[in-house]
Amino acid sequence: MKDLSLEGSAKTPTIDFKSAGELLIKGRSIPENSIEFYKPLIDWISEYSDNPKGQTLVNIQLEYFNTSSSKCILDVFKKLESIADSEVSIKWFYEEDDEDMLEAGEDYEAIIDLKFEMIEVEEL
Amino acid sequence: MDAFNLYTQMERDDVLIAFKGSITSELLTSILQIMETKMEDLHEAPRTRKKVFNVLVECLQNLYHHIDEFEVEGSALEISEKKSAIFSISRNFERYNIVTGNFVSTENVEKLTNRINMVNGLTREELKAYYKKILNNGEISDKGGGGLGFIDIAKKSGEKLEYSIREIDENYSFFTLTVKISQN
Repeated sequence: MKDLSLEGSAKTPTIDFKSAGELLIKGRSIPENSIEFYKPLIDWISEYSDNPKGQTLVNIQLEYFNTSSSKCILDVFKKLESIADSEVSIKWFYEEDDEDMLEAGEDYEAIIDLKFEMIEVEEL
Repeated sequence: MDAFNLYTQMERDDVLIAFKGSITSELLTSILQIMETKMEDLHEAPRTRKKVFNVLVECLQNLYHHIDEFEVEGSALEISEKKSAIFSISRNFERYNIVTGNFVSTENVEKLTNRINMVNGLTREELKAYYKKILNNGEISDKGGGGLGFIDIAKKSGEKLEYSIREIDENYSFFTLTVKISQN
C-alpha cells in the first residue's frame, strides 16, 4: 500500500504514515472541520490494519490541538487499538512545562489500551 | 466619524486586537497568526503563549461554529446582522482577557447559561474527569464545537467563565463571554 504524506499548514499537522509501520503526526491540529481532515488518516489505518507490520510505531508531536481534533485523535487511537497482529506503541511528545499537553496524552492513555510513552522535549 | 473616542477606549482597555463582523475560517487563521507574532514580540513565557493560543482557538471557533449553525429568519440584512459577532483580546500586566459577543436565540439562553454554570461549578479535578468522559463518550457534533469547548476553556484558563446576557427582543439575545488567562 501507499504511504500517506501530507504537508502541514497553519491549522493542520504534517502527516507521514509509512506502510513500513511508522506513523507521524506533527505540528498543530486546529482546523474548524477536523472530521474532514482526519477521515483519510482513519481510512489509511483501516487499510494498513489488513496487512500490518509486526510492530507499529506511532509518534505524536503536537504543539496545539483544538477540542474538535481531540475526538478525531481519539478515533485514530481507537483504530490503531483495533489492529490485530501488530504490536502498536505510541510516543506522545510534549514540550517541557506544557502540562496541558502532557495531561492530554495521559487522558488518551487512560482510555486506550495501547502502550504509551510520554516524552518531554525542549522544543517540538 | 471621529474614531478618537473608540481609539482612546481601546487604548485604556489595553486592547491588542478587536474585530466586529462575520467570522470566517480565513479571519481566524489571520487573527491567530497576528496573536502569535504579538506574543513573541512581547516575549511572553512559552506557558502563557500556549495557554492564550489554546483558549483563543476555542473561543473563536466557538463563535465560528455557533454562527455556522445559528438559524436566523428574516431579510438578508437581518441574517447578516445577527450572524456577525464581536471579539477583543486585551492584555495588562496581570492577564489576558478574551471577550466574545454574539447573538443567540432567546429561547436557548437558559440552556446556554445552565451549561456554563455547570462547568463553573466544577473543581479542576472534576473538569479533568468530565472532559475525559465527554471525549470518550463521543458526544460531539459533526462539526466539532459544542461539547468540549467550554470545558476546555475553563480547564486551560484555570478561571471561571464570566458571561452576561442582554435580551434584545423576544427572539434574540446578545451573549458576552469573558475569559481571563493569568500571566503566571
